Amino acid sequence: MTAPVTSTTGSAATGNTAAVTAAPARGWRLERRHLVSAAVVVVAALIPLVARSFVLFELTMVMIYGLAILGLNLLTGFNGQFSLGHSAFYGLGAYTAALMMHLWDVNYLWTLPAAGGVCFAVGFLFGLPALRLQNLYLALATFALATAMPQILKFHALEGITGGVQGLTVDQPDPPSFLPVDSDQWLYYLTLIVIVLMFWAASNLVRSRSGRAIMAIRDNPIAAAAMGINPSLYKTLTFGVSALYTGVAGALGAFAIQFVAPDSFTIFLSVSLLVGLVIGGVGSIPGCLFGGLFVLFVPNIANSVSTGLAGAVYGIILLLVIFLMPAGAAGFARLAVARLTRARRQ
Amino acid sequence: MQKITRRSLLAAAPGALALTVPMLSPRRASAKDYGPGVTDTEIKVGNTAPYSGPASSYGTLGKVETAYYKMINDKGGINGRKVNYISYDDSYTPPKTVEMVRKLVEEDNVLLVASPLGTPCNSAIWHYMNQKKVPQLFVATGATKWNDPKGHPWTMGWQPNYQSEGRIYATYILKEKPTGKIGILFQNDDFGKDYLKGLKDGLGDKASMVQVEASYETTDPTVDSQVVDMKAKGMDVFVNCGIPKFAAQAIRKAGEIQWKPLHVLSSIGNSVAATLKPAGFENAKDIVSDFYLKDATDPQWKDDAGFKEWGAFMDKYYPDGDKQDTGNVAGYCLAQAAAHVLTACGDTVTRENIMKQAANLKDFAEPMLLPGIKANTSATDWAPLKQVQMAKFDGARWQLFGPLITGAVG
Repeated sequence: MTAPVTSTTGSAATGNTAAVTAAPARGWRLERRHLVSAAVVVVAALIPLVARSFVLFELTMVMIYGLAILGLNLLTGFNGQFSLGHSAFYGLGAYTAALMMHLWDVNYLWTLPAAGGVCFAVGFLFGLPALRLQNLYLALATFALATAMPQILKFHALEGITGGVQGLTVDQPDPPSFLPVDSDQWLYYLTLIVIVLMFWAASNLVRSRSGRAIMAIRDNPIAAAAMGINPSLYKTLTFGVSALYTGVAGALGAFAIQFVAPDSFTIFLSVSLLVGLVIGGVGSIPGCLFGGLFVLFVPNIANSVSTGLAGAVYGIILLLVIFLMPAGAAGFARLAVARLTRARRQ
Repeated sequence: MQKITRRSLLAAAPGALALTVPMLSPRRASAKDYGPGVTDTEIKVGNTAPYSGPASSYGTLGKVETAYYKMINDKGGINGRKVNYISYDDSYTPPKTVEMVRKLVEEDNVLLVASPLGTPCNSAIWHYMNQKKVPQLFVATGATKWNDPKGHPWTMGWQPNYQSEGRIYATYILKEKPTGKIGILFQNDDFGKDYLKGLKDGLGDKASMVQVEASYETTDPTVDSQVVDMKAKGMDVFVNCGIPKFAAQAIRKAGEIQWKPLHVLSSIGNSVAATLKPAGFENAKDIVSDFYLKDATDPQWKDDAGFKEWGAFMDKYYPDGDKQDTGNVAGYCLAQAAAHVLTACGDTVTRENIMKQAANLKDFAEPMLLPGIKANTSATDWAPLKQVQMAKFDGARWQLFGPLITGAVG
């Protein structure tokens, strides 16, 4: 984010990095969350040494869905704007990557920033009309985006480029020759690196001045505007950044699945991401990964319980989780930690 | 260092023998050659089908296939091996298909994936299966691209493809109404467009006969306006490529507005129970269509031996299944074909041999295929079913007429 924080001092480009470097003034402290994050990353980096290819593939998909959910979380959890249209951004990112590799033989690494850029632009532009819409009406507008996306991809005039309903095949990224890893392990590491960078960036963003502005708009838009925050600018930019995150996830998803087709990016994906968001914890960054776990595994669990009633079992699991963890996995974890510490003090 | 005594030698001898025996025994059994997922008592076969999601009505194919293998196992299995049929739900979404198929291949270690369902779903795993050299046998989709033995030697189609059906309609129309004006109604997706392409290719330089191309989305409430529009524009040939719900609406509407074109109904919407009955038999009279399966709702088969066999199977192994659903006939034929290939493999149950046997079908007939229709394949021809037969609806049932027709594509 290189957005001006206040509209009055438009020239003061207080970006995210600036906010972070400003932090040492208060003194950078090693907090528990840093240790926990570092431990999680180390464990994640060691998993490919022991896990089978298929498990790696599943974990890669969990991270990818986690990243997509994080995109949605920035918008919904932190900025208070609803979206049922994130399947469209996910699909746009996936198609951007697939088309760049398909049409111009671009190296897959370049497709990630490109997918992010394209989605940021589209998200930003979509954010402009979305400014006029609140809550349920915004949800409906983004719903339209999600329904339109598969049809646009199938559209006759674009069929020559998008492959129409038949979709496009994507080559799985080959690992660099100097690394002794196979392609599943490489994709896992690549995804892990992208995830760590983007989660780190998101975590800094929400702790920065811009992040506080984003949350202030969610909590009380009038008060935020009175304090000199430009709500329109922040809302559209958040929309753009949110789409960027989900778009990068889409591009990674295209690598992992090695195939893109309109039927992969239906409204059902949007709903899944929203479910993952709520399950993981609205407004929680690590919770997004738990949401990713839920999105990938719970349908499989439901299906293994009963093939005929998979949908019903899924619903029951969903209800149970909501009852047991009303604030999502992140809220549940916070509560558990608080209880444990209190118990120890007593 | 320990000295080798006679006693230690004697003690070691049985142990050494015990070690050599298992080393020798596989050699003796070398007549048997097994791929992954095969033992003397079991063959693991994988499948994906949409049991949930928007296309879940097709899930019945997976269920009837599972039931078919249960029957096979009750009868003693295939060459003494029970079939362990593992079918996962992919909700008709390509990413889920990839995940489930990777699970089947890498975790469950199946020998092959038989009849996975849906064009986008099969497209998603097409590359993977051929990279891994795992048979993707008899896919449950009518797209034209599955017949590619050079580029994708591990994937084989099954049913007559939609494009060749389109060509067959073109031939019929050119014979019956060479100067007709054609209006076509099709679903705005892969199979709809395949029909359109086949029809135009078949008309060749007369493709301009197609004057109205009306598409619909599966989410549309009706197709009434498309039909009215075709009548208003003076079309006198109507190619109706709708799935049952829309095909029935179109037939009914045409009847209501007294539009009597030469009406060609595609095979995906020609079920008596699902399309013609709701449309009204009086409206459906004189419609022509093409068939390769026996329509389970057509009374003319009620004394047919193959039909009775299928009926008895449905009653015993899949009593919940709807006998009016063509999916249960298609799934039965698919499972039967895969079982036939596995039987032909004998004791060489490897992935290579499966494709070899599948590419070696010679006049293979099934009880629920129309009389005379046979599956044939060769090393260069991986489209097992190519024949269909035209039929005309006489107001109560389909009357087959003319010879079996072979489509020219694929």
